[in-house]
Amino acid sequence: MPDRTRRTRRDQRDQRDRQNQQEQNRQDQQDQQGGQKRNARRSRRSRRPAAPRVMAQVAMVMNLDKCIGCHTCSVTCKQTWTNRAGTEYAWFNNVETRPGQGYPRRYEDQDTWRGGWQLKHGRLVPRGGGRARRLARLFANPELPTLDDYYQPWTYDYDNLLSAPLGEDVPTAPPRSLVDGRPTAVTGGPNWDDDLGGGPDALAGDPVLSRIGTQVRLSYEQTFMFHLPRICEHCLNPSCVAVCPSGALYKRVEDGIVLVDQDRCRGWRMCVSGCPYKKVYFNHRTGKAEKCTLCYPRIEAGEPTVCSETCVGRLRYLGVLLYDPDKVGEAASVPDERDLYAAQLDCFLDPHDPAVARAAEESGIPHDWVTAARDSPVRKLICDYRVALPLHPEYRTMPMVWYVPPLSPVVDALTADGFDGEEPAALFGAIDTLRIPLEYLAELFTAGDTGPVEAALCRLAAMRAHMRRVNLREPRDPALARGVGMDEDGIEAMYRLLALAKYEERYVVPTGYSHSGPAGAAAEAGCSLEADGGPGMYPQGPPDADAFHAPLGAPLGGPPPGAVPPQPAPATDPTGRSLRGRVNLLDWNGEGRPDGLFPRRRESGGKDA
Amino acid sequence: MTHHLHIALWGVLPYLVLAVLAGGTAWRYRYDRFGFTTRSSQLHESRLLRIGGPLFHYALFLVAGGHVMGLLVPEWLTERLSVHEPLYHAVALTVGGTAGIAAVAGLAVLLYRRLRVPAVRRGTSRSDRLVHPLLALVLLAGLTATFSSSVSAHHPYDYRLGVSVWFRSLFTLDPDTAAMAHAPLVYRVHALPAMALFAAWPFSRLVHALTAPLGYLTRPYLVYRSRARTTPYRHPAAPLERRPPR
Repeated sequence: MPDRTRRTRRDQRDQRDRQNQQEQNRQDQQDQQGGQKRNARRSRRSRRPAAPRVMAQVAMVMNLDKCIGCHTCSVTCKQTWTNRAGTEYAWFNNVETRPGQGYPRRYEDQDTWRGGWQLKHGRLVPRGGGRARRLARLFANPELPTLDDYYQPWTYDYDNLLSAPLGEDVPTAPPRSLVDGRPTAVTGGPNWDDDLGGGPDALAGDPVLSRIGTQVRLSYEQTFMFHLPRICEHCLNPSCVAVCPSGALYKRVEDGIVLVDQDRCRGWRMCVSGCPYKKVYFNHRTGKAEKCTLCYPRIEAGEPTVCSETCVGRLRYLGVLLYDPDKVGEAASVPDERDLYAAQLDCFLDPHDPAVARAAEESGIPHDWVTAARDSPVRKLICDYRVALPLHPEYRTMPMVWYVPPLSPVVDALTADGFDGEEPAALFGAIDTLRIPLEYLAELFTAGDTGPVEAALCRLAAMRAHMRRVNLREPRDPALARGVGMDEDGIEAMYRLLALAKYEERYVVPTGYSHSGPAGAAAEAGCSLEADGGPGMYPQGPPDADAFHAPLGAPLGGPPPGAVPPQPAPATDPTGRSLRGRVNLLDWNGEGRPDGLFPRRRESGGKDA
Repeated sequence: MTHHLHIALWGVLPYLVLAVLAGGTAWRYRYDRFGFTTRSSQLHESRLLRIGGPLFHYALFLVAGGHVMGLLVPEWLTERLSVHEPLYHAVALTVGGTAGIAAVAGLAVLLYRRLRVPAVRRGTSRSDRLVHPLLALVLLAGLTATFSSSVSAHHPYDYRLGVSVWFRSLFTLDPDTAAMAHAPLVYRVHALPAMALFAAWPFSRLVHALTAPLGYLTRPYLVYRSRARTTPYRHPAAPLERRPPR
C-alpha cells in the first residue's frame, strides 16, 4: 500500500513536470510572438484543442549500403571538434565495423553501462536510476567507462629519431602516452577491430551478436560485415539530458540539437553513462562533458554538418522533421520494445497536411522550416519510403539519426553462391532465407523485430530489380513495386534520392532562427562551447555572424590552440592593435582604392596619424 | 604582544577569511564560471575512487553536521533537552570519531591514488597541491581534538564552553578571542588551517561543493532551451556584441 501511494505521488510529480515543461515551452512560443503576445494567447486558448503542438528537429539518415568505411567523416569531425588536449580519445563521429564490439568497447551492453531508459511499473525512468540514486552516486559513478574502455591515447616520441646518439641501430620513435607522457605499450586504439580485425575472439564480444545465439554466430562470421558510422543521436527523449544533475545538457527548442552548456557543466559525468550510445565524452583536462553538436554553427547557417559535407560515399542525408512533442513521452513508454519503432513514426507529423503547417507556424516555426520539412530527404526516407530505421530504439531515447539497412551483404552472399544478385525472385528469396543478417540487423534497428527490416530490404531489392529493367530497357513489372507497397513513380523517386541526389537534395537545411525574443537575440546568446580549451574558442571573443560567414579568407589571429576557426575581419589587426579606421591589408582584394588604404594626412587626420 | 596576536588570529583573521571566501566566490563565479567543476579523474582510475570518493564525501557530510551541532547549538539548549554533557560527549565521540576516521581513511585512499596513478598525478593542479595537504592537516587535527578530550580522562576540555562560544561570538561581531586563546593547542591547530582552507576555497576545485546539484531533485527530466536563452552567462570581459545590421 505505501508503495502504491508513493507511486501515485511520483506519477503526479511527473505529470506536473510535464505540464511545467509544456507551460515553459508555451511561454517560449508566446515570447516569440513579441508584440502580439496578448492576441496570440487569446487565439491559442480558443484553438488549442484542435492544433497539436509542433516542434522541429534536424535529423540525419545514413544509407549503410554506401558506406565503405573510409573514416573520412571521423577524421574531419576530429579535426574540427576534438583535436585538443583532453579530448584525444573522443570521436564525436566514429565508424565501427559490424559485427564488432564498437566504440567504446561493448557500449551496447546496457546491463553493464545502464544507459538509456527503462520502464519501471509502467513509468519511464533512466536505466541508471532516478534522481535520488543519481545524486547518491555523485562521488563515484559506478557505470562510468574508463579510458581503457575507449583506448589510451598515445603519440610517438619523434624527437628520438633526430636526437638519438650515433649507434649501430636505426633509432625508433617509441610510443608515449598522451595522458601522462610516459612510455606506453599500445594495446588498443580507434577502430582496433576495423574490418573484423581481431577475428572471432574480438567478435565474441559483440553484445548484439551474443543476443542472437551461438550456432548463428559461427555461420554469420562467414557471411558478411558492414560499417556503421555513428554520431550523437540528438534524441527526442534524451537520457543524457535527464541524468545531468546540474541541468547543463539541454535540447534546443528550435532544431532539437542536444548541447552541453559548458558554463553550467560541473563534471558530475552522469551523462557519459546515461547515454546508451556513449556519445557524451568527458574532457579530462577541462573536467567538462563534450558531445557531438551536429555542427550547429553550420546548421544555423544552413550548411550540412562536417561529417555529411565530407562523406565520400555521399551516404548522409540531413533534413527537418516535424513532430508532436506531447506524444514523445507516451511513445517512449510503450510496453513492448518492438513497438517503439512504430510509436516513434507515429510522433512525426506530415508537413503537407495544412492543419500541421498551420499548427507549426502557430508554434513559432518559421515558414521556411515548414517548407524544408516538406522537401526533407530524411522525412521521405523515414516516413514515405520507410526504408530508414532508428538505431537501437529499445533504449527508449527516440533517436533521430536513422539508417537505411544494408542490402549489399545479401546481394554479395547471393552472387558468391553463383546466383544473379539483382534477379527479383532470388533476391526476395535470399532476404527471406538469410535469416542471420536479418536477425542481426533487427537487433540493431528494431529491437529484434525482423518485420520492418525485411520490408525495408525488400523495398531496396525491388528498387534494384526495377531499375535494372529500366536500364536494360526490359519490360517493367508493376507487380514488383506493388509487392512492396509502392508504385513505379515512388520507386524511381526513391532511386533518385538514394542514388543520384545532388548536394542540395541530400541536405535540406533551413537557416537558423531564434524561438524567443527579436531576431538577432540568438547572435548575442553566443556559443555554449566557447571556453578555454573548448572548441569554437575565439581569441578575441565571438565574431558577429555576418563577418563569420563572409566569403573572404580572413586571417588567423592569436595563438593556435588546436582548432581556431577563421577570424572575421576585426576592428583590430592580428596582433591586437586597433586599425583606427584603416584597411587590414590582408583583407584587401587588391582592387580599387578603399577609404583607409593609406594613412590620413597629418593636417586632416589630426592626432590620429 | 600575545594579546595582540590572539586578537589578530581569532578576532580579525576570521573576518578576513570570510571576506575572501565570499568575495572570491563571487569573483570566480563572475569571471570563471567555466572553472566551476569537480575536475574528476574517474576517467583515468575508477577502482580506488569508487572506494575513496564516497567514503570521504559521505564522512564529510557527517563531520559537517557534527560541526553544526557542536558549534552552533549552545550547551544550555542541550541541557534543557536533558541531554547532559557526558551523554552528549559520548555520542559526539562515537559518531564524530567514526566519521572522522572514515573521512581520513577516504582522503588517504584518494591521496594515495593521486600520488601513485600517473594519469591522475599528471592531472593535479597547483591549487590541488595546496588544498590536499591543508585538508589532511585539518582532518587529522580535528580527529586528534576529538579523541584527545576523551583520553585526558579527568578534566576533559569542553569545547562547547570554549571554541563554540568564540565561534558564535564571531556572528555577533564581538569576537570572544579569549575563549579561543585558552583552548588547547590542538583546537587552534585545527582552526587555523581550516581558515586557510576556507580562504583557498574559491580559488581551488573546492568550489564544486558550492554547486551541489540539489535542484535536480525537483527539476523535470528533460531540459529544453531556446537559442535566445542558450547562454545566460556572458563573461564580463567579453566585448559587447554589435547587433548585425538588418
